Amino acid sequence: MTTAGMSLTLRDVVLSYGGAPVVDGLDLDVAPGEILVLTGPSGCGKSTVLRALAGLLPPDRGEVLGDGVRVTTTSRDRAMVFQDNALLPWRSVQSNIELALKLAGRPRQGRREEALRWTADVGLTGFEKFLPKSLSGGMRQRVQLARGLAGAPRAVMMDEPFGALDTQTRATMQRLLIDTWSAHPTTVVFVTHDVDEALLIGDRIAVLGRAGQPLRALLDVPAPRDTSVSRTALRTEVIAALDHSELIS
Amino acid sequence: MTAPPAVLIADEPAVAVATAPAAHSANRRRSWTAWAVRIASVMVAIALWQVLTANDVRLWLRFDTLPTITEIVSAFGARVGTQDYWLDLGQSLIRILTGFAIAAVAGVVTGILLGRSPRFSNVLGPLTELARPIPAIAIVPVAILLFPTDEAGIVFITFLAAYFPIMVSTRHAVRALPTLWEDSVRTLGGSRWDVIARVVLPGILPGVFGGLSVGIGVAWICVISAEMISGRLGVGYRTWQAYTVLAYPDVFVGIITIGVLGFATSAAVELVGRRATRWLPRGEEKTP
Repeated sequence: MTTAGMSLTLRDVVLSYGGAPVVDGLDLDVAPGEILVLTGPSGCGKSTVLRALAGLLPPDRGEVLGDGVRVTTTSRDRAMVFQDNALLPWRSVQSNIELALKLAGRPRQGRREEALRWTADVGLTGFEKFLPKSLSGGMRQRVQLARGLAGAPRAVMMDEPFGALDTQTRATMQRLLIDTWSAHPTTVVFVTHDVDEALLIGDRIAVLGRAGQPLRALLDVPAPRDTSVSRTALRTEVIAALDHSELIS
Repeated sequence: MTAPPAVLIADEPAVAVATAPAAHSANRRRSWTAWAVRIASVMVAIALWQVLTANDVRLWLRFDTLPTITEIVSAFGARVGTQDYWLDLGQSLIRILTGFAIAAVAGVVTGILLGRSPRFSNVLGPLTELARPIPAIAIVPVAILLFPTDEAGIVFITFLAAYFPIMVSTRHAVRALPTLWEDSVRTLGGSRWDVIARVVLPGILPGVFGGLSVGIGVAWICVISAEMISGRLGVGYRTWQAYTVLAYPDVFVGIITIGVLGFATSAAVELVGRRATRWLPRGEEKTP
């Protein structure tokens, strides 16, 4: 990314889904260029928080800020990678990525080359002209990742992007995300249910409580980014926070 | 913008599944048999018609009043050689294509507006729902009174017949669009216009073509009926004229012509629709 990551802030945010409050009075700061992992029990509002950060869902109360400016709508600076297949099915792999580049304001010249480069970077050389229907779930997620990052957003919201993948593909995708982010550190807010994935990817882990409950824990993940034994204690801490979330529901 | 580091991923290779030659051969045999049965069924029906009419069979149905296949073929040969036949055919085609084209544009535009804009839906929704159940052909007297020429009236009836199926299908297609596609384009920085042009218009094509297929069929019914009632030229007008002067073989020439035109235009809509929606998952396709 040519631009630095964006700081994201939630101030006393109340969010509801289908009329019922899901998040009540959440305060959270995400530093520029960090990967914050959001985890918590099902229905605790992780995805709802992401949608608010992306500008897809206005809060009922409180403020969502990007670099200190109130978020009122979507922006090319805050991209989102979805869990389900959000690729446009009538566009090829290359064309989906080119669309992200076009919407990010890249000049027509060079767009194709850049899209091909991203296609190669996510290991899909040879599949440029394939439609999403002809790709496996893992391949589609790679295209989504490339499309989400290609426009050089300053923050990326990722809603369980690897949740539906098999173990092997999932590990590959995690590595791919970390490598890509290392080269272009943008701000990432990553939602997952998987504690090991949270420990591998996150700089910090925020554990949300049940719907309407306050934040259960906000934990720093020590560097370097790996799955070594030194993280065992932290793992226990995250699971304890999650268990507590379940018990108080 | 620098490119991110290259990552080699070797999993999930594309798998080409070779079809066994024996299975392929069996499929071809089945296909030929199916075609042979279809052609045979049509031939049997034609032969039966010839037998019933040539022998003046009069059971409960009176086949003695109808022309034989040979009379129809002879009348067809004579009609195709006249300039009137082609003028009628051209006139009917101009009417249907004009009415259908206007209906396609109006149906898609209003369908999108009704599907996406609550305000537009409140204003126009009740009117369309009230007008929709009225058969277009029932509006013929109104069209005669409303328009200064019969020609405009017939095109209007054709438009009206095709408009509602197209509008309703478009509206349903807009409402059924996954919000995920729109959200993804918006979070990439897409404007409202980007959403319309890059998500809504391509995304509703399967529904729109469903409406167009129904619309072209209904439009043919109405254009022929309107021509029979108030036309001066056209296949419908000529068919009705033939009936009034008891030229029954010519009536069948008209019926067959209408059938061929209807089939050709429906097939054209179907073909364009299939090409425009190649991205839809089809049963026989496999992913890697």
